[in-house]
Amino acid sequence: MSMNAPGTPLLEMRGIDKAFGGVPALRQSRLCVGRGEVHALIGQNGAGKSTLIKILTGAYARDAGTIVFDGKEVDFKVPIAAQRAGLSTIYQELNLVPQRSVAENIFLGREPTRFGLIDWRHMEAESARILAGFGMSVDVGRPLLSYNTATQQMTAIARAVSMRAKLVIMDEPTSSLDETEVSTLFGVIRKLKADGTSVVFVSHRLDELYAVCDRITVMRDGQTVAEREMEGFPKLDLVAAMLGKELSVLQGARRAAPDPSMSEVLSVQHLRSGTRVKDASVAVRRGEIVGLGGLLGSGRTELARAVFGADAVDAGQIRIKGELVKLDQPADAIARGVAFLSEDRKTEGIIADLSIRENLCLVLSPRLARLGIVDTRRQQEITEEFIRKLDIRCAGPDQPIRELSGGNQQKVLLARWLAAGIDLLLLDEPTRGIDVGAKAEILELIRGLADSQGLSVLIIASELEELVAASDRVAVLRDGRTVAELTGSNVNEGAVMAAMANEPAKQTEVPEVAHG
Amino acid sequence: MAESAPASTPLTTSGTERRGWACLKGGRTLIALVALLAFNALFTRDFLTLQTLNINLSQVAQVVVVAMGMALVIATGGIDLSVGAVAAFAGTLAAVLLAQDSGALVQPGVAVLAALALPLLAAALLGGMNGLLITRCGVQPIVATLVLFIAGRGLAEMLTNGNLRAFAPERLEWLRSNLLGLPVQAWLMAAVVAVTVWVVRRTLFARRLLAVGGNARAAHLAGVPVARVKLIAYCACAALAGLAGLMNVAMISAADPAKIGLNIELDAIAAVAVGGTLLSGGRVDIFGTLLGALAIQLLDYTLLAHGVADEYALIAKATIILLAVFLQRRGK
Repeated sequence: MSMNAPGTPLLEMRGIDKAFGGVPALRQSRLCVGRGEVHALIGQNGAGKSTLIKILTGAYARDAGTIVFDGKEVDFKVPIAAQRAGLSTIYQELNLVPQRSVAENIFLGREPTRFGLIDWRHMEAESARILAGFGMSVDVGRPLLSYNTATQQMTAIARAVSMRAKLVIMDEPTSSLDETEVSTLFGVIRKLKADGTSVVFVSHRLDELYAVCDRITVMRDGQTVAEREMEGFPKLDLVAAMLGKELSVLQGARRAAPDPSMSEVLSVQHLRSGTRVKDASVAVRRGEIVGLGGLLGSGRTELARAVFGADAVDAGQIRIKGELVKLDQPADAIARGVAFLSEDRKTEGIIADLSIRENLCLVLSPRLARLGIVDTRRQQEITEEFIRKLDIRCAGPDQPIRELSGGNQQKVLLARWLAAGIDLLLLDEPTRGIDVGAKAEILELIRGLADSQGLSVLIIASELEELVAASDRVAVLRDGRTVAELTGSNVNEGAVMAAMANEPAKQTEVPEVAHG
Repeated sequence: MAESAPASTPLTTSGTERRGWACLKGGRTLIALVALLAFNALFTRDFLTLQTLNINLSQVAQVVVVAMGMALVIATGGIDLSVGAVAAFAGTLAAVLLAQDSGALVQPGVAVLAALALPLLAAALLGGMNGLLITRCGVQPIVATLVLFIAGRGLAEMLTNGNLRAFAPERLEWLRSNLLGLPVQAWLMAAVVAVTVWVVRRTLFARRLLAVGGNARAAHLAGVPVARVKLIAYCACAALAGLAGLMNVAMISAADPAKIGLNIELDAIAAVAVGGTLLSGGRVDIFGTLLGALAIQLLDYTLLAHGVADEYALIAKATIILLAVFLQRRGK
């Protein structure tokens, strides 16, 4: 019924602007998807991918720009309008009803009826037919929650198919799937494509994009910075477009090679943990700052959590100060002098209602207590000492931590560990959400501690500049595997990017180690 | 605002005010209490007498004791509905032990000691069961404690086949007598409050309690034994409920398992809420909870003394509690 030539794109979003409270999230961004095309949408956190998708599906209203879908200019006010027009979104957290059956989920809200009653037989037969088309045989009468994530995702896709979706948007569909599940998903995506359905595929796993996508749109800082065919797009150029770094920026700081006389505080070998960490190896010596590079979803955070005992280790070895350890919970790691600063300061760091003093002394307090009674005077002294040392700007130790700025909160959390006298600090995005000045201050502080007190640090930072500036050495993870270890003059943004993208840098040598 | 201010500058009003009023966090509850006292002093006959004071203190003592434990549990972000049932079980067990007329328990000293220690121990164990259900099995606190809320009173009635169990009045006489002009139970209440205040101010346990209630994930990542802290809170709460059960049977020298601690969980929760503590956890205000319990007791007494019919008294009480909580929220 479409009166458009097959050559015109199915979706054309142009000049899209969106600001939240005066802060622009999207500026003149665009996204064009052809018919029967699998289209990759990629960008770092905060690049504007999600905002763009939400504008398309009617979850947000745009400030400017036009959207043409299937030949008509559209302006979806609510998500259901977008769905009716043939646009389905499959979110990372599936919005299905886990307690209801697979068939009921596929037909939720538009159940087929006969004589006013739900036509169960038709509903289940139709559901089974669609899923069989994906090469899956599933008892569609069983509740959704009795199936694994992959099947649940297939159910969501089946729902989209049954609604005759012309465009299916998949937001990081592979983030919780294992390898065989991913290949099933890819089979389904190819099937959709063969049937003429278009797919927008959001993922951070580059290899997956190359495996399944035809075209790609790269976003950065709310703008569309690249649009092209996937084929023949060098990974390195893709990563560079995403991070906004020119490859010519290659002046590495002069660093000494790792000092072998210093003992290894942490040694991780062939670690496997959950679905994200597959074969990771990294070592940190005393007084050394090792950067952990990699794209979002490459398993950096998960590696740090496993070393801290917060996630279970499935295979591989962790040695702390030479001793092979098995960590069941964070307290085990803390007892061995390991500290972890989560990237999510609000939900995993601060205890908002408590004072700076109680937050700062949280780890230390057991050691300040005799027979369960805390020496409050020592607490006060230590807190005042760290407020002075780390220049924490506050009204005093009794001020609730929630009233501090992000940078000062982070200093309190850092002090929480320093006060406890730790040897190894795992830092996950320590400068996220912190203003530029405080950023530099915190990085300097960490460098000072490594140099003067021999503190060992493993630091995760998405900003390459920061990673390179902070680290003595960088280990790069890709898809849960350590793919490179950069030392000396090789610690530069170009080499890190090349390793993230799995291509040799043009001007530097990237030694490949432990390739899984 | 706070972020760029130098250390010496006074910060947000809440930052400075808090320190001045640190010990009077339940300020609004205190005002309500004073208002009630003033009203009664003016309009209630014989209000300003030692006898009135003693009646009120005796009536409120059990609620305050239970509310102290409830405040600790609420600080973890949980709730304990089983306190009334636990009080009934502990009180009935004490009565059964005191009513023994053979064996070692005939000796009054042994009997009284056993009748104090065993019920408290049993209560703490029941609290431990609550805690295990919540921490090990991941049952939501309201459901986990609902189980014991139902079963606990049943267990208590099983001890006496559902009958009233009386014991020799002289055995727990000291627990219903007066000391220095005030009821022993009032002194006991004061002691429990004082100990709880001390625990909250000084101990490692209380710091961990607030950390767990404020942000369990962050606490876990800081090495705090989250499950153990919660378990202790539920044990302490149940033990205090057991103590309230003992106080109850001491008053009438008998145990009525169907009546002991009936609805006391609701009075205790109301005391915590009226005292200005949010039920979302991470905070504890012992002084406010005490004031909350006293205010509710005084309200009950006022309505009774002025002959307000029961049905209207209940409505009036609910309205005033609602008003108090509303004012607390506004004051935040």
